Amino acid sequence: MKIVVDFDLCESNAICMQIAPDLFEVRDDDFLYVLNEQPGDDDRARVEECVQRCPKQAISIEG
Amino acid sequence: MAGLRAAEALRRGGFEETIVLIGDEVHAPYDRPPLSKQILSGDWQPDRIALSTADKLADLDLDLRLGVRATGFDLGSRVVTTDDGRSDRVDGLLIATGSRCRTIPGTDDLDGVRVLRSLDDALTLRDDFDAGPHRVVVVGAGFIGAEVAATARGRGLEVTMVEALPVPLSRVLGHEIGVVCAEIHREQGVDLRTGVGVDAIDGGDRVERVVLSDGSVIAADVVVVGIGVVPNTEWLAGSGLQIDDGVVCDATCLAAPGVVAAGDVARWPNQRFGEMMRVEHWDNAIEQGIHSARRLLSTDSDALAFTPVPWFWSDQYDRKIQLAGSVRPDDECRIVTGSLEDRRFVTLYGREGRLVGVVGFNRPRHVMQYKTMIQDDVSFADALTAEI
Repeated sequence: MKIVVDFDLCESNAICMQIAPDLFEVRDDDFLYVLNEQPGDDDRARVEECVQRCPKQAISIEG
Repeated sequence: MAGLRAAEALRRGGFEETIVLIGDEVHAPYDRPPLSKQILSGDWQPDRIALSTADKLADLDLDLRLGVRATGFDLGSRVVTTDDGRSDRVDGLLIATGSRCRTIPGTDDLDGVRVLRSLDDALTLRDDFDAGPHRVVVVGAGFIGAEVAATARGRGLEVTMVEALPVPLSRVLGHEIGVVCAEIHREQGVDLRTGVGVDAIDGGDRVERVVLSDGSVIAADVVVVGIGVVPNTEWLAGSGLQIDDGVVCDATCLAAPGVVAAGDVARWPNQRFGEMMRVEHWDNAIEQGIHSARRLLSTDSDALAFTPVPWFWSDQYDRKIQLAGSVRPDDECRIVTGSLEDRRFVTLYGREGRLVGVVGFNRPRHVMQYKTMIQDDVSFADALTAEI
């Protein structure tokens, strides 16, 4: 599983960071950083929740 | 939105029988927030806002009935009737009929008086904007009115915004932040009139002027009314369900055995805040849709209470405003980061010693971290001194 963020769409609402702070972080510069782009399958449910809850639909999963 | 997310959750939860998804709009489920921004500005075409793909919808194996309106339900017989003349006996019912915009009486036959709720509303208003109106009047400086005003200004249109309150959004965000919102609109060239009502909207076939309660008259080609919404519950009259500003549910979102509600239409006691809530936010439609779907599949003994920290955002000009929790005008209120002058700040709200709310202007990370603290039941004193 690979996390893909469309940074043209992302507006740093930080919802993903609230759901999975170990995978996503919005820093003081207000930009989103993906801390682990290729998490294990154990994390799939949480990443899927991030995909669904992202207000900008900026997150997708490959594989 | 709530309906689609609920249907997905039912399938994820292992429900393999028939799911009928009824929606009165002809469009497949779509995302509403871009309507007042990217769709209205013309930056995006409607295909950008689909909530699902044709393939994913097909995988859900739904009996999808678009352009069909639910007209009745009877709790005793468990029959749903629709305006295409059909009636279906159901085992479970998830009510997600949403809400509709309040309108100003007497303006129904006046062309150019608009609301913004649906994709069709947005495309109609976009056409109005494309036609190059001399002036757009926005009635109501709440979040939807503010976003429409911002988009119209972005398109170079002249905008007058009329607000009954002396300070816009002061009931939601408090007086000081409301003042900041008003300043931002005025700096962006909006003619903002506050503390004044609308006495009349006049014209021939098409709107020509708006008459305010202070006697002033504004010439207008387009009027956008953003004065709140009402839940769509009329179809449930006589159903046997309790209706009181929404479908009244228990703490788990159950309205009656086998009947749940979600989204704008649902009213339920949120035990986290000890108050009845009906939440009109985008994120709640998703979360409550999923919760209510799971509730339909669970037994009474293992059902969970729905206790979210409500959250929403509003993008206006270059400001991202976010609010999480339950904020009341009489809550204790403190700025913890930034300043009102910078228009980049975080304000916390405390009640009875607890952190209950957070408002941020261009501070998304902080808002989410404080939202987590609200979920974790952190005291107001600890939140004020937390390092984040």
